[in-house]
Amino acid sequence: MIELISHHPIASALIALGSLSLIFGAVLGFAAVRFKVEGDPVVAQIDALLPQTQCGQCGHPGCRPYAQGIANGEPINKCPPGGQSTINAIADLLDVEAPTLDEEHGEESDIPTVAYIREDECIGCTKCIQACPMDAILGAAKQMHTVIADECTGCDLCVDPCPVDCIDMIPVQTTLSSWTWEPPKADLIATDRKEHQAA
Amino acid sequence: MTQIWNIPGGIHPPENKQQSLRAPLGHIDLPAELVLPLNQHLGAPAEPVVAVGDNVKTGQVIAQPGGQFSAAVHASSSGRVIAIEDRPLPHPSGFAGPCIVIAPDGLDTWINLEPCPDYRAQEPVELVQKIRLAGIAGMGGAGFPTAIKLAPKANQPIDTLILNGTECEPYITADDRLMRDRPEQVIEGARLMAYLLGEPDRVVIGIEDNKPEAIAALRAAAEGSPIEIAGFPTKYPSGGEKQLITILTGREVPAGKIPADIGIVVQNVGTAVAAWRAVVRGEPLISRITTVVGEALDVQRNVEVRLGTPVAHVLAAHGFQAAKASRIVLGGPMMGYAIETGDVPVVKTTNCILAPSQQELPAPPPAQACIRCGMCSEACPASLLPQQLYWYARAQDHEKLEAYNLFDCIECGACAYVCPSSIPLVHYYRAAKGDIRQAQVDKEKADRSRERFAFRQERIARQEAEKEAKRAERAKAAAAAKAKMAEKKSNAGTASDPVATAIAKAKAQQASAQQSPVEQRAKLERQLSAAQGRLALAQEKLSQAETEEQAEKCRAAVKTAEIKLTDVQQKLANAKDAPKDDPVAAAIERAKAKLTMSPLEKLNATIATLSERLQKAEAKLAQAQTEQSAHVEALQLGVDKLRAKLNEAQEELASHSPTTADERAPDDAASAAIERAKAKAAARAAMSDTDKLREQVSSLEVRLDKARQKLADAEAEGSPHVDALRTAADKLANKLADTQSRLENA
Repeated sequence: MIELISHHPIASALIALGSLSLIFGAVLGFAAVRFKVEGDPVVAQIDALLPQTQCGQCGHPGCRPYAQGIANGEPINKCPPGGQSTINAIADLLDVEAPTLDEEHGEESDIPTVAYIREDECIGCTKCIQACPMDAILGAAKQMHTVIADECTGCDLCVDPCPVDCIDMIPVQTTLSSWTWEPPKADLIATDRKEHQAA
Repeated sequence: MTQIWNIPGGIHPPENKQQSLRAPLGHIDLPAELVLPLNQHLGAPAEPVVAVGDNVKTGQVIAQPGGQFSAAVHASSSGRVIAIEDRPLPHPSGFAGPCIVIAPDGLDTWINLEPCPDYRAQEPVELVQKIRLAGIAGMGGAGFPTAIKLAPKANQPIDTLILNGTECEPYITADDRLMRDRPEQVIEGARLMAYLLGEPDRVVIGIEDNKPEAIAALRAAAEGSPIEIAGFPTKYPSGGEKQLITILTGREVPAGKIPADIGIVVQNVGTAVAAWRAVVRGEPLISRITTVVGEALDVQRNVEVRLGTPVAHVLAAHGFQAAKASRIVLGGPMMGYAIETGDVPVVKTTNCILAPSQQELPAPPPAQACIRCGMCSEACPASLLPQQLYWYARAQDHEKLEAYNLFDCIECGACAYVCPSSIPLVHYYRAAKGDIRQAQVDKEKADRSRERFAFRQERIARQEAEKEAKRAERAKAAAAAKAKMAEKKSNAGTASDPVATAIAKAKAQQASAQQSPVEQRAKLERQLSAAQGRLALAQEKLSQAETEEQAEKCRAAVKTAEIKLTDVQQKLANAKDAPKDDPVAAAIERAKAKLTMSPLEKLNATIATLSERLQKAEAKLAQAQTEQSAHVEALQLGVDKLRAKLNEAQEELASHSPTTADERAPDDAASAAIERAKAKAAARAAMSDTDKLREQVSSLEVRLDKARQKLADAEAEGSPHVDALRTAADKLANKLADTQSRLENA
């Protein structure tokens, strides 16, 4: 054996390397089949970061399609409901520079809103029910409709279809249980505080 | 002597406890209104069981626990319920919340209490329920429902009960006062809780050594009992639950766990007294000892206050000078919060009302930049890194905050106290904690939204698919109907088609020929009996008919039945009388004769029939030619064929070949008709396009005439089919025009 190798060093090296590559190729091929990942994990990850308002402001018919779009190289700053924090999170995930929100798609609002139907004006046309991506509006034809506030994402897709304009987007009320401390305001000097105390 | 462990960090702020300890425990008058929030504890709010206008007695339940994790609320004095509405709450948010407002009548009439001096005769479960219904919640500040802590899970045996008399926060002396004035109640409370927890191995009351009087009083009261009274060096925040556990046992509660997980229960001394009073005396929790302190007050002391008493009323009773006060703080200077209005009531967790002057507790100076000095991390009793937390809180980096164990922060304020840059660190942490919780809530909502959206998409897709399936089904049904119609039409077409008619006729003849006369007769007899039955039935109906219309109908039916009957009788008679005349029988005879014939004879007979048919066909052809019928060519072809056949037969006869003659199809009327029809079809196939068109035109003309005739008849009769007929006629006219134009083009 050793004799054979020493007599044909190049041939034996080639054989050794060739057989190694075959073995590893087989292992990798098996792993590729055995541990195949279904679906696109990146899309799912991006989708998990999006706010799921399904508002369509990004130009896609929902959050998942936009996640797909981002995975295909679309800009990540087209989601006003998510705002800068979502952009930052996606930038982190994709390891890219975080851009600012593209105002073309809408402005970021700090105050979450919820749809509210002025019920005595509602004519029961069911148009808003069909528009709601969350199935968060209850009602039937010729019956008054109402919004399930807990399920409403504030996408305002129901506002336009309403023929009698009886839907308002109202800010979500902070309750005792949802209240949190505001972060402290940064004062540079003591007189700053006196001014805003006076104000 | 109890072994004492040390905790990391901690600070030594000015204690300021003497101001409120100089005077004995005081009492104040009842206010004009008692405001009792429904949520004075952690957990679900209680549910009111009284209505506005109800008269209540002191200690009466006015709100039941709203679930397992809740506590009851009681009227803290007798009077009338004047409102159940939102009032400002003692909460850092300054929000209003649901409260029951009682106007005391000043009599303070108690409900009938149910004392239970010998509680050891009862099961702990019943006693815990009693405590729950007495509305006891942690009185140290958090307001955790006590009954829950006293009913640990079966898989968590409790080996140590700690009563917390540490009271490490500056200014507050409520527990000190209690321990000094009512040491025996504290010890009794400890005994009760030990009984409820299954007599743990160790019961220890932890007190900082800055309260020597309280320690002495408790030691005296606990004389001869196994209850340990442990004094330990004063350091803020030794009174934190987890810190106290470490100090007294050397054990640490793991992050995210509760003391019960390591077999320890910690209760405030005030809570223990309240529980004891609830069980032994039957008294619900309607008052508490609160420290009223601060330089803006004339009198600084501890008072026993009825729950629901507005803070402003308490302060007024102590000579509050609003001008002197920098603010009103509920709780101590380290962990308390400023309130904006004195309307908020004293609740179960209010251990101190602090009204400091400007000099005493000035507003903190503006925050400077963090200089990374690290003093905060030295002061942190939870061994966290406050400077890092501050950094990440400002950057809103939630992941890092959680990685640096933000949620282990007890918000004691030691870090902010030592900060040389006066950074309100705890404030940042509280805000960050709120943000993270909110983010979690948002995340949950987003997940739910995703699910809902996905479900909706799925539902829409399913509905769409169902619709599509229905549409396809309908289209299929329509196609089938069309095909059927077309088949019918083509059937009708073939029926009118002379070829098909001929074939059908021939087949029918053949079929009837196969029926024996006997069978036929039987059939006719059956028909006869059926017709007789029908007639009888119709007559019966006629006799029963009530209205004229019905009678008319029945009469018609009777007539039809009669006609049919006579018809069948006739046929039967024919069949009986002249079976020989029957064409079928005749044909059979002929066929039999044929069979017996020799081939030569057969051929001769064939030739005879063929020539006969040829003559007939020729006559027909001549007639058609004179009439210029469309069938001329077809007839011509038929004649030619017959001639050819005749020739053939003659040839065969000449050759005397019996086999070929035998092979020829039996030359009866049916096959002849088939032959004829085939010939016609072949003739048509042989026609040129133009001829075909021409023929079509002529046939269409005929049909159109007929249709017009029918239409005219229908119009004359006013038939309901006029419309249908008209459209049919129009269609035919169109078709004719179309065909004519095609003919011209061709």
